[in-house]
Amino acid sequence: MFEEYLSLFIRAVFVENMALAFFLGMCTFLAISKKVQTSLGLGIAVIVVLTITVPVNNLILFNLLDEGALAWTGIPALESIDLRFLGLLCYIGVIAAIVQILEMTLDRYVPALYNALGIFLPLITVNCAILGASLFMVERQYDFGESVIFGFGAGVGWALAIVLLAGIREKLKYSDIPAPLQGLGITFIIVGLMSLGFMSFAGVQL
Amino acid sequence: MAEPRLKDVLFQPLFNNNPIALQILGICSALAITTTVENTVVMCLAVIFVLTFSNFFISLIRSQIPTNIRIIVQMTVITSLVIVVDQFLQAYAYESSRQLSVFVGLIITNCIILGRAEAFAMSNSPVASAVDGFGNALGYSIVLLFVGVARELFGSGTLAGITILQPVAEGGWYEPNGMMLLPPSAFILIGGFIWMLRVWKPSQVEETPFRIAPNSRTAEAY
Repeated sequence: MFEEYLSLFIRAVFVENMALAFFLGMCTFLAISKKVQTSLGLGIAVIVVLTITVPVNNLILFNLLDEGALAWTGIPALESIDLRFLGLLCYIGVIAAIVQILEMTLDRYVPALYNALGIFLPLITVNCAILGASLFMVERQYDFGESVIFGFGAGVGWALAIVLLAGIREKLKYSDIPAPLQGLGITFIIVGLMSLGFMSFAGVQL
Repeated sequence: MAEPRLKDVLFQPLFNNNPIALQILGICSALAITTTVENTVVMCLAVIFVLTFSNFFISLIRSQIPTNIRIIVQMTVITSLVIVVDQFLQAYAYESSRQLSVFVGLIITNCIILGRAEAFAMSNSPVASAVDGFGNALGYSIVLLFVGVARELFGSGTLAGITILQPVAEGGWYEPNGMMLLPPSAFILIGGFIWMLRVWKPSQVEETPFRIAPNSRTAEAY
């Protein structure tokens, strides 16, 4: 049991890294990776949101939306209903709501962290890594325990990738890059090379 | 400000203000599916449909949307359109739908769509917004098609399933470059695309934050 979870976690962090293997959360990944400090804050926010939303969406899927999932209500008319086509709407609603709740809770109880995260917290709603993790959870039919681990692992992987990229970009200021390639162009190529590096984890069997 | 000219609204996003190369929007959901031209085209069509109509509908109701909850209203409109696309693909193009897997759903969080809704549709007339959506989706499609064509041609020697470069395994001469089928190549290709675009249009080059003085010998420095 424990080993299974550990292997799922390692896979989510390294082998199936959200940013470098699936290109998820790319917009924020490229736009907000100029400084290590800010990218670290954003990374932590993503970890928190992912760890909460994936399991919650898991509960919604298997208790409300899945075919026959409404059987627990005891109403015969509901037993054969398949609401999976409403999935996307529910997941994005849950994500938006949880980000909002998290924002208010942090503001009330942990103002220091709230101020550190600033604008990034609301922006997380439209980070594709969050919705993507929920959709992968649906596609791979994770159970509740697995989805907690997967959400956490995916968040850690994404945070790791953005902090690494920010570190490289800080050093990049000192290098002599052809003018048209500066900024976005070279960043794309660096991400490509990083992604190539992360692919070497692909053969890891746990 | 005068109403922008429709022709500009349509053609500016193609190269001058390309959503991917300049606005850094909409990179997320797209790159993993550019391994074959066929998938790329399906994805482009889906984005063109969603972006045109989401801009149109959001612009129609823009004066009714309360500012505080506008993001949720916009997300609902976009999500409904994506559900239509998803269901349509599952019904009529099941094979593509299966290959695109989660990436159809991820059109929702494609920042290009929310970005254009916020930046254009909320303050312009419905027709202009629809044209803007269409233009931006085209600009996005150009980059995607460039990457898709390059990856399929060099990765497996085919275009849309038709063999162009006969691979060695089938008695031809072309040794397929397997790296093109792996995720990293998409990044490097887009980096190259941006490079080419900026050589062509130097006004898009980003300012360096600061310059480093050229090397000089100690003897010269004093």
